[in-house]
Formats: sequence, structure tokens, C-alpha cells
Amino acid sequence: MGNKAEINPKKELSTGLETVAGDRKKTEALLTVEDLSLSFTQYASGLRQTELKVISNLSIQAYKGEILAIVGSSGSGKSLLAHAILGILPLNAKLDGKMEYDGKKLTQERKKEMRGKEIALIPQAITYLDPLMKISNQVIGSVEKEKESIMKKLQREVFQRYGLKPEVERMLPHELSGGMTRRVLVSTAVISSSKLIIADEPTPGLDDKTLNETLSYFKDMADKGCAVILITHDIEAALKISHKIAVFYAGTVLEVANVEDFKNNGENLRHPYTRALWNALPQNKFQAIKGHQPMQDEVIDGCIFYDRCSKKKAICSRGIPQLKQVNGGVVRCNNAS
Amino acid sequence: MSNNEKIASFIGKKALRLTSLLIIVCFASFMLIQYSPIDPVRAYIGEMPVTAEHKAKLEAYWGVNTPPQEKFLNWAGDILKGDFGTSLIYRTPVIDVIEERFTASLILMGISWLLSGIMGFALGIIAGANQGTWVDKAIKTYCYALAAAPTFWLALLLLIVFSVYLGWFPIGLRVPIGVTADNVTFFDWLKRLILPAITLSLLDIAKITMFTREKLIEVLSSDYVLFAKARGEKGLDLILRHGVRNVALPAITLQFLGFSELFGGTVLVEQVFSYPGIGQTAVSAGLKSDVPLLLGIVIFSTLFVFFGNLIADIIYEFIDPRIKQQEALV
Ligand SMILES: Nc1ncnc2c1ncn2[C@@H]1O[C@H](COP(=O)(O)OP(=O)(O)OP(=O)(O)O)[C@@H](O)[C@H]1O
Ligand code: SF4
Ligand SMILES: [Mg+2]
Repeated sequence: MGNKAEINPKKELSTGLETVAGDRKKTEALLTVEDLSLSFTQYASGLRQTELKVISNLSIQAYKGEILAIVGSSGSGKSLLAHAILGILPLNAKLDGKMEYDGKKLTQERKKEMRGKEIALIPQAITYLDPLMKISNQVIGSVEKEKESIMKKLQREVFQRYGLKPEVERMLPHELSGGMTRRVLVSTAVISSSKLIIADEPTPGLDDKTLNETLSYFKDMADKGCAVILITHDIEAALKISHKIAVFYAGTVLEVANVEDFKNNGENLRHPYTRALWNALPQNKFQAIKGHQPMQDEVIDGCIFYDRCSKKKAICSRGIPQLKQVNGGVVRCNNAS
Repeated sequence: MSNNEKIASFIGKKALRLTSLLIIVCFASFMLIQYSPIDPVRAYIGEMPVTAEHKAKLEAYWGVNTPPQEKFLNWAGDILKGDFGTSLIYRTPVIDVIEERFTASLILMGISWLLSGIMGFALGIIAGANQGTWVDKAIKTYCYALAAAPTFWLALLLLIVFSVYLGWFPIGLRVPIGVTADNVTFFDWLKRLILPAITLSLLDIAKITMFTREKLIEVLSSDYVLFAKARGEKGLDLILRHGVRNVALPAITLQFLGFSELFGGTVLVEQVFSYPGIGQTAVSAGLKSDVPLLLGIVIFSTLFVFFGNLIADIIYEFIDPRIKQQEALV
């Protein structure tokens, strides 16, 4: 659909990201996103075209059997990353950078083939279900006539596993409760037997019990060997089940930390923003940082966090800091060591 | 509110609405006629030679000298008893005339209603699915052109082209001249129906096409279509699975809401094609001062439009589950 996700096959991917894996050199990353940028072409007043850059220099990796949480405030580009991986961006989106899936470059054609089969999206809300279609038809999806009965059986199995009663099959989305909706949405991914699961904010508005239950589904998927990307606002929920946490800010990744780094005052965290997020939690210092992330039309030369950073140095406003590997994680900050 | 309570209150509200509507419509039409220069006695007599004595009798019969409020109450009382009076121009009970003419119109309107609904929906889906392409632009242009064309003009154009030049269809009259009504074949009748039905539906198509197109575009940019794409659905299959289903109910609702326009269009089209339906009858009743017939037609047309809207409301309130979903979200 006009998005170019050209991957240069000969050039080695080299941000030191693969060494982050360190001990898991054997398990190749299932998905590698490298130096991704995404902009929208917009028509300003008259016929003037403007480019709105919403993602830049973004790199992440997802490993089989692991959960990578992506946290970041609203508008930092989390959903767009998910849509970029699936190749379902709107027509006016322009995508650059490299994406590899299972060692081969992920082109728009390949995305089209893989979505729903290899790569599954678990959406956030009930609005992602067709309001007029019965639940079972939606969970099964569009399949050939011959496969219908097998899929029906599979769907029953999945429903049973998730404690969804048989009558749920015939319901319409508006008849589902919050917890049921969550399980139905998760079922759509499970039934597809995809290897890469991208869950876009699957937890807001859930009570504690349903939240933990939902999180356990993702843990199960990872335990079965899937690579899970869990997009969320909720750092606490992410910490419960994830292996790594990628911190998004204004369309880029500032840090990829290991779960163990989140403790005490956050002294093991590499980026001031991650530390600020950690300290903003109620059970920690409950201190929010001032300011907000820069607008997309602001052109920023140096570190994107510069305005809000308490540790900024003169060089921080000149040039984007390099992505560095520090202590088993990665960070984009001049101050980290 | 339980479902039964909801249905009961719905029926109650609608019944009240219909009653007050009928009372107002009847009263207003009655008063309009009362103060218009129509003289029912003259209309009845027409060119007949009558004696003064006879005329006085007729005047008493039509109540020319009774005060209007009394006349209205008498008339309304008769209506309540099911007596619509006698048509002055046809000299038969009004109810018989209405039955015959309304049936003819209902067939005409029904056919064009279905035709415009199906064609308009299909065109709208095609246009919406191909948004921005030449197919879409062609369909849009066609709709704008149709929407801008006056009914009368379009009817005449079709009549000139297909009846006068090509001679495919007869020019007017449901029954061929010289053939008695019993001998009219189904085919003859059909031939007389086609052009008016096409004219009427062509006018309606534009509206339903544009509406369907907008709705489909809206559906295609919805979250659930995005999710369907994320799951590998695409192309025609995607549109049939999610688009058609979600656009159909609002489109059908709109078709029912269009009953009043359909009725208005019928009056004009019947006139041009001399199709003996209720519209044409209403025009002659008006021109020839046939008060009982005119009032009868007003009542039945009101009922017709009311039930069109009622069906649309029922679909909206009870059939479309999205309404419930929206309520649940609030
Ligand atoms: N089609 C579009 N055209 C222009 N800008 C867009 C478009 N879609 C999204 N954006 C912008 O891109 C930014 C990132 O959007 P995205 O939906 O990825 O945020 P997010 O991190 O998922 O936020 P949230 O937590 O609120 O879901 C937003 O600021 C949004 O306004
Ligand atoms: S690069 Fe400089 S401004 Fe940016 S976060 Fe690090 S210290 Fe702060
Ligand atoms: Mg989002």
C-alpha cells in the first residue's frame, strides 16, 4: 500500500542490538526493526504538502519465548509501530528503515501474506470487532469452505481453554462483558497460531483479576515459544510479565531495559526519562516530571528529551545521541555509562 | 427498561403520534378546502341541467349552509364509522376509488422503491469500495446529475425517447384504448408500468447511492475493518464480510424514510405518464373540486408516509444491535 519497508539485505544490522541479546545469541530475533521512521503526508492550507514525522530512528527486537513491553505516553507512536509491522498504515504514510522477520526482510508483500497467519494483532477495544457479526465467525475469521469445520473445532477448544461458554459463539460484540471481550480478542490471535503476537494496549479498564488473567494469557503464549510485543501505558502491568521494556518517547526508543533494572530508586535504569517514569509510580516517589513530549512538527536537533532533562549537558543539544549498549540494555543518552 | 416495557411504550407513543397527526391533517385539509373557492355542488352538477329545487336539495345534502365546525364534526364522525362518502367525479364510494387507485400506485411505488434500493445500494458499494478511482467519480457525477434533474423533466425526457422516438412503450393510459379492463393482459399492464417505474426509481437512486457510498467509506475506515485487514482479510471478501452487512441496515432505514418523497414523485410521474394511480387521482380531485375524494386521499397518504417512517423507526430501535451497543458504551 505504498509503504516502503526496504531492507538492505547485504548490510549487517549493526547497532550493537544483537549483542544485547548476549546470552541468547542462539535464539535469533524473530523480528528486528531498525532505524524505522514514519511520516505522514498532509495537505496544509491550499495545496501545500507537509510531512509530519511521527516515528524516527526507532529500533527494537522481539525474541521467541520473550515478552517485550513497549511503554510510552500517548502519541509516542506505539500503535503506529504495530500498524507498520503489520503493513496496515493509511495510504498517506511513508515508511523507511529496515524490518526483518525470521531472518528475511519484511516487505509489504510479505506483511500481507503473514498477517493473520504468522503475525497477529490483539487490539485494544471492542470497537475492533464487527458490531453485526457473530463472535464465532469473527474469531474464526475468513477461511475457505473446506477449512470451516476444522476451524470451528479449534475455536471451541480455544473458547474452552479461556472459559468462554458455548453461547458466546452466537453473541454479538455488544453482549460481551469487559473480561469476555478481552478473552475473545486474545482468542483471535491464539486461533491463528501466529508466532509474533502484538498486543496493543490490551489491559486498560480491567479490574485486577481480569488484568492478571489477561497478562497470564500473554505469558502462556511466550512460554509456548511466541514472541510477544505488549504495548501498554501501564508500567506496573508490563513489569509483571515482560522480559524487556522498551521506552518510547516522541516516536523513538530511548531505552530498552531488562525487567530487573526496575527496582529501588531506579539507579540501574539508563535513561533519565525511564527513571522519571519509574519514580512517577505511586508506590515509588510519586513524582511526575514537568512538561510534555515535543510536538511532531517541532524540529529538534539534539536529544529529544533535552527540554525536560535535569542532567542535560551542552553536547546534548547538538546531534542525536548514539544508541549505546550499557549493562545488558540499550540507551540513547550522552550521560549513560 | 425491560424489552416488553420498551415495546409497549414505543407502541403507545406511536399510536398517540398517529392519532394527533391524523386529526391535525384532517382538520387542516378540511379548513383549507372550506375556505377555498371550491363549490362542491357545482362540481357535482357539472354540465348537467338541474332545476332550482334539485339544486337546493343537493345543497342541503352537501351541507353548504351548515356552519363549518358542524360540517367538520359530521364528516369526521362519518370517517370514524368508516364512511368516506361518495366521490363526486367518479360517482362511486370514495373508499372504492382509493382502493383501486392506491393499489395501482403501490405497485408502481413498490417496484421503483425496490429497483432504486437495490441499484442504489449496489452502485454505492461499488463507488465506496473504489473511492477516488474513475469508477467512483463516474458514479458520483451520475448521481449529481440525477439529483439536479427535476422529476417532471426527466419523466418527459424518458417519455419522448422511449415512447415517442423508439415506440417501445405506450404513451400513457394503463389500459389500451378500445380494450376493456378485463381483457388487459399482464403484458400490456407491465408495459405501461415500466417507464413510470424507471423514472421514479432513477430519481431515488442518487440519494441511496450517495448515502451507501458515504457509509461504506466510513465503515472501511473503522477499527474493525482495520483489524480485519490485520488478520489478512482483503479485497471483495472484506467488503462483503464487513461492508455490506454494516451498511445495509442504515440504507434500508433511509429507503423507508424516503416514502414521503416517493409519494411526491409519484404524483408528478403519474401525471406525465397518465398512469391512473392515486397521484393522478389526487390531481383530478383537486382540479375538479371533489372534496370527499381529496380528503380521503389525504388521509390515506398520511397513513402511507407514517408507516414508512414507523418501519424506519422500528429498524432503528429494535433491529439494529449497534444502537444497543452505543447505549452500552454511554
Ligand atoms: N493518519 C495519521 N495522520 C497524521 N498523524 C497521525 C496519523 N495517525 C497517527 N498520527 C499521529 O501519530 C502519533 C502517534 O500515534 P499512535 O497512535 O501511534 O500513538 P500511541 O503511542 O499509540 O498513543 P496512545 O497511547 O494514545 O494509543 C500521534 O500523535 C498521532 O496524532
Ligand atoms: S542525552 Fe542529555 S539531554 Fe538527553 S537524556 Fe541524556 S543527558 Fe538528558
Ligand atoms: Mg495506541
